[in-house]
Amino acid sequence: MKISAFHLMPHRELPPDFERRYPSVWVTPPWGELADARRVGQYYNWTLDELLFAARAGFDGVCTNEHHQNAYGFMPSPNLMGSVLAKQTNGLDVAIVQMGMTLPTTSPPVRVAEEYGMIDCISGGRLVAGLPLGSPMDVNLAYGITPMEHRERYREAFDLVLKAWQAKEIFAWNGKYFQLGQVNLWPRPVQEPHPPVWVPGSGSISTFDFATEHNVCYCFLSYAGARAASTMMDGYWDVVDKKGLERNPYRAGFLQLVAVSETDAQAEADYAKHVEYFYHKCLHVPAQWFAPPGNQDYRSLLAANRNPVRRAEDPKTLRYKDFVNKGYVIAGSPATVRERLVEEVIKRLHVGNLMLLIQIGSMPHELTLKNTELLAREVLPGLREIWDDKGWENHWWPKSLRGARQAVPAAR
Amino acid sequence: MTETRTVSVWQDRVKMRVHVQGAGPALLFLHGPWGLTWGPFLDALARQFTVYAPEHPGTSPGDPDAIQAVDSLWDLVLCYDELLEALGLDALAVVGHSFGAMMACEVAALRSSRIRRLALLDPIGLWRDDAPVINWMLLSPAEMAAHVFAAPDGAAARAMFAVPEDPEEGALARTRLTWAMGATGKFIWPIPDKGLKKRIYRVGAPALLVWGEADRLVPRAYAKEFAGRLRDARIEVVAGAGHAPHLEQPEATARVVAAFLKT
Repeated sequence: MKISAFHLMPHRELPPDFERRYPSVWVTPPWGELADARRVGQYYNWTLDELLFAARAGFDGVCTNEHHQNAYGFMPSPNLMGSVLAKQTNGLDVAIVQMGMTLPTTSPPVRVAEEYGMIDCISGGRLVAGLPLGSPMDVNLAYGITPMEHRERYREAFDLVLKAWQAKEIFAWNGKYFQLGQVNLWPRPVQEPHPPVWVPGSGSISTFDFATEHNVCYCFLSYAGARAASTMMDGYWDVVDKKGLERNPYRAGFLQLVAVSETDAQAEADYAKHVEYFYHKCLHVPAQWFAPPGNQDYRSLLAANRNPVRRAEDPKTLRYKDFVNKGYVIAGSPATVRERLVEEVIKRLHVGNLMLLIQIGSMPHELTLKNTELLAREVLPGLREIWDDKGWENHWWPKSLRGARQAVPAAR
Repeated sequence: MTETRTVSVWQDRVKMRVHVQGAGPALLFLHGPWGLTWGPFLDALARQFTVYAPEHPGTSPGDPDAIQAVDSLWDLVLCYDELLEALGLDALAVVGHSFGAMMACEVAALRSSRIRRLALLDPIGLWRDDAPVINWMLLSPAEMAAHVFAAPDGAAARAMFAVPEDPEEGALARTRLTWAMGATGKFIWPIPDKGLKKRIYRVGAPALLVWGEADRLVPRAYAKEFAGRLRDARIEVVAGAGHAPHLEQPEATARVVAAFLKT
């Protein structure tokens, strides 16, 4: 197993009535009413400190991602964070997992290849290159990309980035969305032929095809937990089987919310309000923004209209106990969390690259460190060796880090 | 009876389906973002004109991917130009609604000599920072009804959002409406100002601007904005209508449009 610490960098202090007062956490929340730049500076520093703490405590990787115009997670440039993490973790066996820089909104997309090249150079070849499609809120609403062109633009940018990393000669790129007369990437990444590529998705079938065709690690990023994800992940493994690829668990990544304390009861006392804050406020987005007209192709749209998935639960009606019972969040004592991660997530979904959201919603700094430390000390050791007996190679992890992570005592 | 013709344009990459009905001088109707609805408005016009109503590429049943062959507004304008050529339409009256009215202006700016008169129903295509056009593609169905129609619970609103009871028909209807917005939205996202302001001076035909009194999508300021940029234009306001006067007040709208186009 490779287990990474994931951070969204959310606003941790939204007002209690936020979701009633404002129409959305994304795109339209007014900065002047809700945020203060000095306080936000503190959030960024906490985020970096929490991820560095995770790296030193024994996590295999640290993950950041890109989102715009929101209070849910606002690292508009994940690479600013990733470069700090790369520098500060030199000497540790820790991957810098950028989940990552959004392709369709980066123009020209060779910028992604360049910045990832920089992080790979700074870290000595420890980059995992996430190449996300980006959410409609980020790409269509905040950054103005036409919904009907979103996916096609992504595919062109993906091809360009991969070619820019690998081409030995200068080349011209005469694309539909991007034209560059001479592509000659400086710097090139340390990892050859290129850093491992992860593609995050939210369960759409076209992304399964894309991930298998390009032999990348497909990462299912869901906040509804492993139980809700099992149908989706089964669908992914079916595609893997149909294409005649090996069922290597490292071809899949999964993000899980986790909250650990001394006992199950203490976990509720510690985390209940932060979990509810996350689901009630941080995911407060008008439903139609997730699929503006044209963002889904006709067939996917028709399929969705034919099978209106049993109306997705409204998380605003759920409380901490529901989130835990349904597996949205895996919370409790180290033993509880370990067992549920092993059975519900790792084995059930057949996942080798696990990402754990160590900081949830309003969770304060000290509590985040506690969660992270308990995870690293009490939970991770029970997960690490799960796939080792099967002899799978994690082709989607930096080569120099594929062996066992050396134990590092947690230092606070 | 409406006759349906299919006209191949754009080197056969787009097959434009055109509904034709009526007798009299030729009239081209270009529908808006929600697809073509042949209703009382076009029936009324067809009593005095031969109405040609093409479906925007991608909105014809069974051919959603036609829109993938049309990359840009320039491509789309040329598709329409080829359509007029193929149909042999000249001295043409053009009526456009919303996005279709923007296309009517674009076609008229390219081929001014073909167009005799122009009726624009709540057109989009220009932008004012002090009166932003609402992006209907971001609204929930209830919000959209409230923005598009003067009477959000009225018959016209119900007809646009009607979902047949049969599950398959219902799924197709919902898909058709969303896809029509996507296929038209492709040419105007995220702001419907794609350069018409530079080209509109080329439109030579006299124009009538018809505005729904309660258009909550495209503010009335745009009526003056269009009128000021067209060579010869006047404004008619239709009471009891929002952004789609031809759907909410079909008779009244047809009356002012026909009276203008006949002169």
